[in-house]
Amino acid sequence: MSQVPLSHILIVSTALFFIGMYGLFTRRNMITMLISVELILNSVNINFIAFNKYLYPDRLDGVFFTLFIIAIAAAEAAVAIAIFINLYRNFHSIDVEAADELKF
Amino acid sequence: MPNYAYIALIPLLPLAGFVVLGLFGRRYLQRFSGVIGTAVVFVSTGLALWAAYQYFFGTGSTSLALRSHPFIMLKANWLPFSPHLSIDLSAIIDPISVMMIAVVSLVSLMVHIFSLGYMKGEERFATYYAFLGLFAFSMLGLVLSGNLFETYIFWELVGCSSFLLIGYYYDRPTAVAAAKKAFIVTRFADLGFLIGILILSFQAETLDIRTLVQRLTEPGLQLTSITGASFLGISAVSWGLSLVFIGGAGKSAMFPLHIWLPDAMEGPTPVSALIHAATMVVAGVYLVARLFVLYGADPGVLHIVLYVGAISALLAAVIACTQTDIKRVLAYSTMSQIGYMMFALGSLGYTASMFHLFTHAFFKALLFLCAGVIIHQVHSNEMQRMGGLRKTMPLTHACFLVACLAISGIPPFSGFFSKEEILLAAYRANKLVYFIGLFTSGLTAFYMFRLYFSIFWNKPPEGHPHKILLVESIPLVILALGATFAGFIPFSRLMNPDGAPEVGSVFSSMAIAPVALALLGIGIAAYLYRKESDRPAKLASAARGFYTFAYHKFYIDEVYLFVTKKIIFNLIGRPAAWIDRNIVDGLMNLIATVTARISAGIKGFQSGKVQDYVLYFFAGIAGLAVLFIYIYT
Repeated sequence: MSQVPLSHILIVSTALFFIGMYGLFTRRNMITMLISVELILNSVNINFIAFNKYLYPDRLDGVFFTLFIIAIAAAEAAVAIAIFINLYRNFHSIDVEAADELKF
Repeated sequence: MPNYAYIALIPLLPLAGFVVLGLFGRRYLQRFSGVIGTAVVFVSTGLALWAAYQYFFGTGSTSLALRSHPFIMLKANWLPFSPHLSIDLSAIIDPISVMMIAVVSLVSLMVHIFSLGYMKGEERFATYYAFLGLFAFSMLGLVLSGNLFETYIFWELVGCSSFLLIGYYYDRPTAVAAAKKAFIVTRFADLGFLIGILILSFQAETLDIRTLVQRLTEPGLQLTSITGASFLGISAVSWGLSLVFIGGAGKSAMFPLHIWLPDAMEGPTPVSALIHAATMVVAGVYLVARLFVLYGADPGVLHIVLYVGAISALLAAVIACTQTDIKRVLAYSTMSQIGYMMFALGSLGYTASMFHLFTHAFFKALLFLCAGVIIHQVHSNEMQRMGGLRKTMPLTHACFLVACLAISGIPPFSGFFSKEEILLAAYRANKLVYFIGLFTSGLTAFYMFRLYFSIFWNKPPEGHPHKILLVESIPLVILALGATFAGFIPFSRLMNPDGAPEVGSVFSSMAIAPVALALLGIGIAAYLYRKESDRPAKLASAARGFYTFAYHKFYIDEVYLFVTKKIIFNLIGRPAAWIDRNIVDGLMNLIATVTARISAGIKGFQSGKVQDYVLYFFAGIAGLAVLFIYIYT
């Protein structure tokens, strides 16, 4: 079984990154935006794993980074959802356009 | 040498009185404030008189030769800047300072007692006594200070308390204006004093008066022609002395800085007696006397002192003849008498000047206190509203007459002796000034008796006798005794600039001319004002031009107004205001406007929309990425 070339994996992760970015810019729903952020993080995870596997197969640095990112992403999701709940209580909506009072 | 350490208490007790009355007087001590203030000054006066007795007459009193060297007491190092420059606080003991503390505290005590009756029922009674205490402290400190910088501090303090007391009736616009005028004019002159102090102390490298005088009069030092330090062809020391004299002239109301003194009469009358007649206004004379050895060694500056004094004496006497406000007449007479003291110093008559200062304090304070009693009786300052008061106010009449005789120089009252010595000194020094002084003494007698006859004769007596309060009559009697007998004190044996006993020749033929002139002046005044008549009016219209000129005080006030309002305000004030408003303020406004504009332009970035921030964030990342790629490839 021949190995998948590195460039394919990088194309997937780049596609994932820009899909996430697109979602972050276009979606108004905060939960979808959170999902988009997760996509961006996962694209980074894929990069770490891929570079670890293809460039330094005898080391585990990339894997550990990925593990940390997953843990932080989980914590971030918890904090973000807590913020969404509070926003919903104040604005009765989870639309980001509704929460634009913190400005000049 | 006897111990004079207690002398520090003399100024400090009134200061304590000021602090207590100033802090608690109005709320807690309203009724007792007068008694407290008076008691404190009474103790001070007792100490001062004891010090004077001990110094001049007491056992172990120093001989005249020793006395001419002042000694320094209670030296305290206050501001040490460097080993060569430090400002010390000290008390100087020499004949004039001891004489002055006795005079100042005594007159101060008389005024404190008199005010118990005169100011009774005033709303700010406690404040009044607090201010009097402050004044007594500053004036006593001024005469005792043995350091030029210390002198300057107290000099400003007396100016400040004078300002507070002139403006005591702060609801009267005239009083407020007078207080401001007095403060500004004297402050202006004090600038000269300060610069003078700096020049002198720079030359002598010390601020201590005794050391300064010693260093600047060392035989090897050519005082008036120091080649190294001169400006405009005049030596630095001469400049310093002239500038110090400007300060003294401002405080002592010498021409042309006299304009504040007549207006200062807006203050309560006892204040005029204390500050603007007997004590503060002679501070300038005292200052020149304090540095007399320096002035005596500099003939040029001495000439300035001589002529300024003579012009002031004559000018003020002429103006006094035309004024109708009783206090203003007395104010001009004060100015004239201080002019006498100044030109006495200018003609090297140190003892004569101090003697006149001493006797003048008594009779001028007495005149003002009498004027206070009269003003309370008549409820007016104008001479026309008075007349025929000799029956209704016998005690005031007697005291006023004594004071008038004393100031006119009629023997054996005190003014006679001191004025003789001054004229003698002037005769020796400068004939022109001697004749000015002689003429002025005739004028003095004329205007004082014009006042006397207008107040006490002129109209037929009417009304019941005015009851004078005991606290008002005691000071009058004491001062009248002083005005009568102070002349018999052998002054020339008590103080002297160089320690050599001066040859007194009081009862010589020199005395004939001034006394005859004074009697002539009294005679003319009696002829014009003893009975109500149209003679004064006729005389005034005969010399109409000159009379109006003198009545308007030679338009000196108007000249000042012209110079300040028209010239200084227009040529300096307005351009300065324009620069301040348009350039200084404009620069600040420009900075503020630019900042406001920029922030208004960029504040849209903070939109409150999360996705905008995400956009900036990624744009920033992209920008940095491009930058790094550009740099590293």
